Amino acid sequence: MSFSDVMTRISRSRWASEVARYALVLTIALLAYAVVLLLAGKDPLRALTDTASYTFGTWLGFSEVIVRMIPLLLTAIAVALPSRLGLINVGGEGQLYMGAWLATYAAITFTSLPPGLFIPLLVLFGFVGGGVWASVAGYFRARGLVNETITTLLMNYIAPLIVGFFVYGAWRSREMGASAFPQSIAFPDAARLPRFLGTRIHLGFVLAVVLLIAFWFVFEKTKWGLEMRAIGGNADAARRLGINLGLYIVIVMFIAGGIAGLAGMAEVSALHGRLRAGFSPGFGFTGFLISWLAGGSAGGMFAMSFVLAVVLSAGSLLQITQGVPYAATNVLMALILFIVLMRPKLLGRLS
Amino acid sequence: MTNARTVPGEAAAEGAQSAPLVSLRGVTKRFPNVIANDAVDLDLFPGEVHALLGENGAGKSTLMKILYGFYSADAGTIRMDGHEIRIESPLDARRNRIGMVFQTFTLVPAMSVAENIALYLPELPFLTSDRAISRQISDLGDRYRLRVAPHLPVRDLSVGDQQKVELLKLLVGKTRVLIFDEATRVLAPHEIEGLFEIFARLKADGYAVVLITHKMNEVLACADRITVMRRGRVAGTVPRASATQASLVELMFGAVAPTSAPLPSAPAAADGPPLLELRGVRTAPSAAGTPLVGVTLSIRPGEIIGVAGVSGNGQRELVDVIQGLVPCAEGTRVLHGVDATSWGPGRIRADGVGFVPEEPLAMAVVPWMTLHQNTVIGNASRYARHGGVSLDWGQVRQDVATSFEELGFESLPPYVPVRKFSGGQLQRAVLARELGRHPKLLIASYPTRGLDVRTAESARRVLAQLRARGGGVLLVSEDLDELCNLSDRLVVLRGGAIVGEFRPQDVDRHAIGHLMTGSGAEA
Repeated sequence: MSFSDVMTRISRSRWASEVARYALVLTIALLAYAVVLLLAGKDPLRALTDTASYTFGTWLGFSEVIVRMIPLLLTAIAVALPSRLGLINVGGEGQLYMGAWLATYAAITFTSLPPGLFIPLLVLFGFVGGGVWASVAGYFRARGLVNETITTLLMNYIAPLIVGFFVYGAWRSREMGASAFPQSIAFPDAARLPRFLGTRIHLGFVLAVVLLIAFWFVFEKTKWGLEMRAIGGNADAARRLGINLGLYIVIVMFIAGGIAGLAGMAEVSALHGRLRAGFSPGFGFTGFLISWLAGGSAGGMFAMSFVLAVVLSAGSLLQITQGVPYAATNVLMALILFIVLMRPKLLGRLS
Repeated sequence: MTNARTVPGEAAAEGAQSAPLVSLRGVTKRFPNVIANDAVDLDLFPGEVHALLGENGAGKSTLMKILYGFYSADAGTIRMDGHEIRIESPLDARRNRIGMVFQTFTLVPAMSVAENIALYLPELPFLTSDRAISRQISDLGDRYRLRVAPHLPVRDLSVGDQQKVELLKLLVGKTRVLIFDEATRVLAPHEIEGLFEIFARLKADGYAVVLITHKMNEVLACADRITVMRRGRVAGTVPRASATQASLVELMFGAVAPTSAPLPSAPAAADGPPLLELRGVRTAPSAAGTPLVGVTLSIRPGEIIGVAGVSGNGQRELVDVIQGLVPCAEGTRVLHGVDATSWGPGRIRADGVGFVPEEPLAMAVVPWMTLHQNTVIGNASRYARHGGVSLDWGQVRQDVATSFEELGFESLPPYVPVRKFSGGQLQRAVLARELGRHPKLLIASYPTRGLDVRTAESARRVLAQLRARGGGVLLVSEDLDELCNLSDRLVVLRGGAIVGEFRPQDVDRHAIGHLMTGSGAEA
């Protein structure tokens, strides 16, 4: 069977063509990355085997990949949801910070709550923190005042400063040792999200998966999903058909921001146990990349956030084993993005 | 008249039967799933007006776009003056002095008439001479009665004058074959007559004029020869002398011509408050468009109100104000006796107001959704189950079927994105959706624009049926025949104001035309 036969066969099945598409993107990106590593005087083959043996070879390594995947998946949903209405939410990072910020407020204020109440409260506060932050942008867009791309992007620069203001000031830890760093006092034990299976995989994973399924269900099955897709497909017609665009925009931005806020809440509550300045290494931006790479499809976001979690894990690992700077992961992510942007020419036969 | 330019084909002007200027032989063009042109032969003679008549999708525009180099034919030859030529781009067509006046004009609004024309010249000199071009414009303007002030910016011109500029552009560029694509669509009746007079002058000077249209009366008014196209083929070419309305209809539709059974007539005026009342409505000025200034209008049950006017005189604003998309800056909007000034589009629609627009793809449907999905988004609360968590697709299917049956439409494929539908199919889908909701008031904005004759006829029938059931219709249209035949009352909109209101039988078309354009004697 010739190469072109394989291609025609693959392109006939939608599933196979999707998988082939992702695989091809990844292969090309990895080849290009190997060239970068070679130029830097590193051994790409060893980098690959190191990565594989760490991430897939050990249960601990694999669980850490899942841990990294959680904020990526949540912030990806936060981008994919508004994108169905034709809205571009670039503000996942800021929303994540504000979710963490408001959740921290709850964690260090209501210190005496039992875990059964504390966890739902944190989820609520994390959600509201990110949600209100994003709905500001939604409101301005709904009123036709400012484009949401601009506001969400610029608000990314404000949120970490607000967090910084509190962790350097009012909330700063006074404990011995801990006070050397800009971080809040420790969360009470009841305010730590439960972890599972003796790993650091935490409740955030369950939240992310449930939200991903809900995301799929709402858009595929419900009235609201259809109306939102109508807004994305033809806003003018939707308006004429009596769909309340402004309300949908504000609510969807609130929910999307809330989901990004949950990512921030889960990070500080489950992993750090404190709010730290600059605790996110750009999860929100990577989430945007994932949503984009996956074309906003639920399955694609799950797969792509796993892949990028592996990439990020490999970044930390190669820093230790081979002295490759962590920033090299940015090179790889950028390569993936560029290859996807070139997709129309590169993968024309498949799509 | 100076002789700054030569008049093309002067020698040939004597008899149209000399030799064809352009002849197309066996021109074939396939698009995916459809043969747009199937072995088409066509001769264009100098000094004749040739009408290309046919339903939408009959292939007449495609054929002319091949001649103008927009598409390249899959097979067939084009000869000019007996020599075979290749036209692979509009540039090639212009080199062969073939030009086209499009439905949507290709002028730069901020530039003057002279500048727009200079832009089009093939050999634009390094230093442009405004004066030379202006002189050419006024010479040609005198000769063909295309008087337009060369220094005026195009955005200040009326649509009719803009069309003249388009034509001047071609004449200054020494074009011999002039193709007009649906040229009368944007014009008022007296402007159409003016255009036909221009045709007559062009003809006398040996130009070959092609008019693409689907309007029978225009063809009979101006053409020398008529080629009728049907489903991508030439159904026949007849000289004007031997053409009748009936024979052309038969050529257009084959044996089964659409019947023009009388429309259901108006019921006796019903009691009760009007379905809609606008009282002194003014809208805020917007960047594009004409705001309404003090519009007062009422629509009673069982009544069709026609709105005549040249496009862009506030029609869009009027329709949007009634639908609640644009707020009333002043005045009140009352829906069957209830003050609805502050209502939004959702509430107004829920209150029984339906809408059929001129461009369904842009204004009424989501192009990549199916017929059924598009039916739901217009009426989601009806199909929502469990508060919206799921949708009753069985009900949707049933409603669509019922509605199509009631209106006597053939059913449409339900699982195809509606953007694959033809213009006529799409408008039938929208009509079926809107009428399926049994609206009390239907806003129909150019509902038959660009439709084939049969669909247009059935759309009109649907409006009349709604009236017979006691519904009200606001019909915005540019087709005066349609307005006069259907409307119980007719209002004329100009500059955002209602400048006239009458019963259609009390007034003649030219009076309406002058009222529309604000020219000549007022009715």
